[in-house]
Amino acid sequence: MPEQSCSPCGSAASLALSQCPLSPQYTLWNFLPKNLFEQFRRIANFYFLIIFLVQVIVDTPTSPVTSGLPLFFVITVTAIKQGYEDWLRHRADNEVNKSNVFVVENAKQVRKESEKIKVGDIVEVKADETFPCDLIFLASSSTDGTCYVTTASLDGESNFKTHYAVRDTTVLCTDEAIDTLTATIECEQPQPDLYKFVGRIIIYGSNQEPVARSLGPENLLLKGATLKNTKKIYGVAVYTGMETKMALNYQGKSQKRSAVEKSINAFLIVYLCILLGKATVCTTLKYVWQSNPFNDEPWYNEKTKKERDTFKVLRMFTDFLSFMVLFNFIIPVSMYVTVEMQKFLGSFFISWDKEMYDEEIQEGALVNTSDLNEELGQVEYVFTDKTGTLTENSMEFIECCIDGHKYKDCMAEVDGFSQPDGPLKYYGKAEKSREELFLRALCLCHTVQIKEADQVDGLVAHPERKYTYISSSPDEIALVKGAEKYGFTFLGLENNFMKIRNQKNETEMYQLLHVLNFDPVRRRMSVIVRTSTGKLLLFCKGADSSIFPRVQQEEIQQTKVHVDRNAMDGYRTLCVAFKELTEKEYDRIDRQLNEAKMALQDREEKMAKVFDDTEADMHLIGATAVEDRLQEQLAETIEALHAAGMKVWVLTGDKMETAKSTCYACRLFQTSTELLELTARTVGEGDRKEDRLHELLLEYHKKLIQDLPKTRAGLKRSWTLSQEYGLIIDGSTLSLILNPSQDCGSSNYKSIFLQICLKCTAVLCCRMAPLQKAQIVRMVKNTKGSPITLSIGDGANDVSMILEAHVGIGIKGKEGRQASRNSDYAVPKFKHLRKLLLAHGHLYYVRIAHLVQYFFYKNLCFILPQFLYQFFCGFSQQPLYDAAYLTMYNICFTSLPILAYSLLEQHISIDTLTSDPQLYMKVSDNAMLQWRPFLYWTFLGAFEGLVFFFGVYFLFQNSSLEDNGKVFGNWTFGTIVFTVLVFTVTLKLALDTRFWTWMNHFVIWGSLAFYVFFSFFWGGVIWPFLKQQRMYFVFAHMLTSVSTWLAIILLIFISLFPEILLIVLKNIKEKNHQAGPFDLPVLVSYKRIENGYVKAEDAVTNLAERYPLRIP
Amino acid sequence: HSTSEIIILKAAEFKKTKIDYTGTEPSSPCNKCLNVSWDSTPPCTCTINFTLEHAFESNVFMYYGLSNFYQNHRRYVKSRDDSQLNGDNSSLLNPSKECEPYRTNEDKPIAPCGAIANSMFNDTLELYRIDNDTRTPITLIKKGIAWWTDKNVKFRNPTGDGNNLTALFQGTTKPVNWPKPVYMLDSEPDNNGFINEDFIVWMRTAALPTFRKLYRLIERKNNFQPTLQAGKYSLDIAYNYPVHSFDGRKRMILSTISWMGGKNPFLGIAYITVGSICFFLGVVLLFIHHKYGNRNTSADIPN
Repeated sequence: MPEQSCSPCGSAASLALSQCPLSPQYTLWNFLPKNLFEQFRRIANFYFLIIFLVQVIVDTPTSPVTSGLPLFFVITVTAIKQGYEDWLRHRADNEVNKSNVFVVENAKQVRKESEKIKVGDIVEVKADETFPCDLIFLASSSTDGTCYVTTASLDGESNFKTHYAVRDTTVLCTDEAIDTLTATIECEQPQPDLYKFVGRIIIYGSNQEPVARSLGPENLLLKGATLKNTKKIYGVAVYTGMETKMALNYQGKSQKRSAVEKSINAFLIVYLCILLGKATVCTTLKYVWQSNPFNDEPWYNEKTKKERDTFKVLRMFTDFLSFMVLFNFIIPVSMYVTVEMQKFLGSFFISWDKEMYDEEIQEGALVNTSDLNEELGQVEYVFTDKTGTLTENSMEFIECCIDGHKYKDCMAEVDGFSQPDGPLKYYGKAEKSREELFLRALCLCHTVQIKEADQVDGLVAHPERKYTYISSSPDEIALVKGAEKYGFTFLGLENNFMKIRNQKNETEMYQLLHVLNFDPVRRRMSVIVRTSTGKLLLFCKGADSSIFPRVQQEEIQQTKVHVDRNAMDGYRTLCVAFKELTEKEYDRIDRQLNEAKMALQDREEKMAKVFDDTEADMHLIGATAVEDRLQEQLAETIEALHAAGMKVWVLTGDKMETAKSTCYACRLFQTSTELLELTARTVGEGDRKEDRLHELLLEYHKKLIQDLPKTRAGLKRSWTLSQEYGLIIDGSTLSLILNPSQDCGSSNYKSIFLQICLKCTAVLCCRMAPLQKAQIVRMVKNTKGSPITLSIGDGANDVSMILEAHVGIGIKGKEGRQASRNSDYAVPKFKHLRKLLLAHGHLYYVRIAHLVQYFFYKNLCFILPQFLYQFFCGFSQQPLYDAAYLTMYNICFTSLPILAYSLLEQHISIDTLTSDPQLYMKVSDNAMLQWRPFLYWTFLGAFEGLVFFFGVYFLFQNSSLEDNGKVFGNWTFGTIVFTVLVFTVTLKLALDTRFWTWMNHFVIWGSLAFYVFFSFFWGGVIWPFLKQQRMYFVFAHMLTSVSTWLAIILLIFISLFPEILLIVLKNIKEKNHQAGPFDLPVLVSYKRIENGYVKAEDAVTNLAERYPLRIP
Repeated sequence: HSTSEIIILKAAEFKKTKIDYTGTEPSSPCNKCLNVSWDSTPPCTCTINFTLEHAFESNVFMYYGLSNFYQNHRRYVKSRDDSQLNGDNSSLLNPSKECEPYRTNEDKPIAPCGAIANSMFNDTLELYRIDNDTRTPITLIKKGIAWWTDKNVKFRNPTGDGNNLTALFQGTTKPVNWPKPVYMLDSEPDNNGFINEDFIVWMRTAALPTFRKLYRLIERKNNFQPTLQAGKYSLDIAYNYPVHSFDGRKRMILSTISWMGGKNPFLGIAYITVGSICFFLGVVLLFIHHKYGNRNTSADIPN
């Protein structure tokens, strides 16, 4: 085996919280260079570095400080943030990597730091310790070579899993004994799947032949899992450091980038073009102007010798660079750092939200990434899992049917368990023996474990009971509890014997021989037990579709009726079957199973085949119906999402009937919705199904797309008239569409299918495999216009689609924490989605959009006067503002108000946003960062820049503005422009602020006060370190002039006039339409549908009339 | 609107006279001086007669104005050494690099260095009232034309033993274009050297290529007589400053000043315009609002 060093890697705790690469990026020594390198790889930072270098090298109008200081500020803030995050990671790692573990070397225990474990080391782990790396389980303190682990920190499943030691090494349970072991382990390359492992151990005994044993996931103890109920174990390290399954699982998660960032980049390019354009124009005009010799070098202003000697081309190039430097502030240097801080700080509001706090699990929302806050306001497609997401995943046994006879607890009581022998309502009765067989099957065919009550932190806690059931699947618990209700109680598993207390209060013992575990492909599980009388029984339970083909056909009919009806009622159904095995059969099965388990290659397939062979020719006993209650406020939430213009797709692994009834219950489908079905039922079976499918596709396509122009005529009232369509498709049909057998025309049908999907308001995909869920998401994500998708789910099977979608949301549900760990946001309940999207998403989007636009705007009107000034100073690159103002404008005078705004603004109150979903459409399609609003802001900035400059220009037609006739110079000119500028952009923000907190007041008025204070201070001292004292008392003198005051006030007013006018107009409009919005029928679907698609623009114009901005 | 009215009223009180004495027109008395150079001795002089239609009642401020003179050119603006002007002795003898090419002359440091100082305006303007062919000189006050902070803090003569400026400026040379060194700018010691107010005024670079600078003050003597009566005047110019080479112009401006500063039509017009627009819009919006509001309540009951 190759030597593998254990590189440091993060602990489970830190992984749960961050999506950052696993290992800390930096050490104390490489932090500075590495961090700087990383930061300058950002295009904006690099740009400013270049500008800074140009300023250092070339003789430029502004000192290098003016761009160096903001850059330094930005870099420092980012470095502090990243350093802090890295420090957290280091700290978490040290807990793991520096923790002491005991390694057996030469029959002695040696204490080592866990990061120093090498592959091949034999490690001893004691109870309640976490495994330091992936270990092959060799021996444990219990003689049977088993141990119990909990993988709660890996996949969130809190039940105890049993792992088995390699058979031949179980006896080596002391340090001395384990040291005598000589063996070789072969294992596969590290791979991230937690539940897969293939390997082989060859043990060289002292005298005998070497023995080879296969190794599977049951022999592998994963790093991050915890040892429970076992005193100690020995294991040999196989994967360490970055190769552990845990490490592999959290690597390489693709960075999700939000659409806003793309807009920012587009705008940046526009501004870069403006910048280049300005620099080019100025350079050209400079040389045109200078072609006149008395302009180029009048007697009063001679060039230096150096200047004269420079080549003209070089001089032009330097001039160009100088203009670039002069105007470079048009690219907002601090925008990125502000955006980052806004996202970082803003995400706290989600996790602090009390309304999203769930009392039951004592947790609120979790934010795993802060990069996507605004994306929550842009969602167009919601893909949701059903079980655990739409439903509570708290299962309740409702009824069962045995041989076609229905058994139902007549007390439809939530807690029927208090009366174990409660009265049952029988609809006819099956034979007593069949009943008992059925109930025994329920008691035996599961993987439920008993947990003593004193350590309850699991799923269902019953204080009056001494124990609780734990299982990875809540269905199984419901079934075991259901059996208990009928008098058969599962008492636990002891030494491979399952104990059952039957109706007569006798304890029955069954030897558990094999568990054929559940998997989502087979959709069933089986156990093989030996009764006390020696009979061998196989019990199997699973989905009807997977059980029916494997039982005697004549038994199916009566049960099928019940199963179908239960499914229609929205219950989850399982069928139970059994078969008796002869010793001979069992021997064969046992041998095959062991063979398959030993196989090194294709073990999965071999196991599947054995399972398939074993679970055949069974006898159907009955079926169960388990209710999965809908989550609270589900229908309201779905309706709100619909009304907000989002399309909700349900992707479930469940049966079509169950899923459909859930969809009706949650009003995803309404009674008026016309359903289009593409399922096994409509497509049929057999060879012709592909043709039939294509026919159906074309038919639906015709119905939805080609016929729709007719309805356009009646568009005015279309929201009452137009037909809503819903689509149902199942997994097999989907794979037929996506992976057709013959190539011809396949992509065509795929696109037809997609078109149909996009026209439907609701789509239900049932019988989906996890990968298919992701496929669907990817398909929608990549359609034209690339709509923003959101996936929400709670289980491990939803992880793929959560990772695939733009925004992944995990429900902190009962199926472990894997979904919430891989998600971008995790919420306790589905209903929280409403607030998360409609309120938080909307607000974050508006905030960040405003932030971005404002940044570009404020820098445009900052730089435009400087550009205009060039026309009056002979294109000599004379800066209009003092260097201090140039430097401080973005980092001090105007940074905090916009940050506070972008954190706190609620242009519409949260309550209105949540109660009025249509408002969400106002910001759909990235509405606030389209070119139109961008142009509006740009024109506003340009207008204000012109006002600032020419206002002061005309004022300076007579520069003796003081009452003593004294004259102002160029620095006063710049200072007046700058004062107007700072006040205007800050007041503009104040005008935009609809939600005033003390913090807004503090930063807005504080910034202005700081500006005034700073200006006095800056001009009040002869600064010894400055070459020029050009600002000396300029500000104070400026304020002694009444004309200047009048001009400043006037110019601020003119600049803000368009804004004020708009506000007044909106205000009047609002007053006129006050009666409007609440008279609309609310429960009828709000959507105006054209071509089956909510026309966002219509909706928005419509909305603009009815919901004008709230203006105080 | 009261503000704008006041501004207008105030603007109406302004008295202002502008006299261009560049001399580009052949008829101008200063035409002969058009192509003077810096070192022409004796200086070319010319006299321009003008008439004041109205009396100037209050204090009168006398400005000189230049056009097409780029005092705000970057190379020009930075060509100065503020620590030298602040009396720093080391900078006096070793001026800043920014002063190039007006930093040293014949290996001696220039005081004051730089292009701004070098190109200081050096025409001499004198004003006479002509009353029945008698020329009465009008007292022009040359102090109080610079910012107080400049005169007292920012600009300082070098310090050393004694108050003899000539000694203090030992080791420096005069700017190339100056006829006299800096310590001979004025006879009064508190207006000589770097703290000469004409010099300080010149050193405050103008914002735009057409600018004016305060030259002299004419104070009102008593309450019975206007500062400048209506009538004939003559302006005597010692024409030293060449502007023709860069197509510039020179003016002399006489102006009265109110609490708002000099005559400035911009503010008045702007305030009136903005005020009327606001008023107009206000009326329109009020009207619309009123009309709409009424109609809305009566007729807009939905369906």
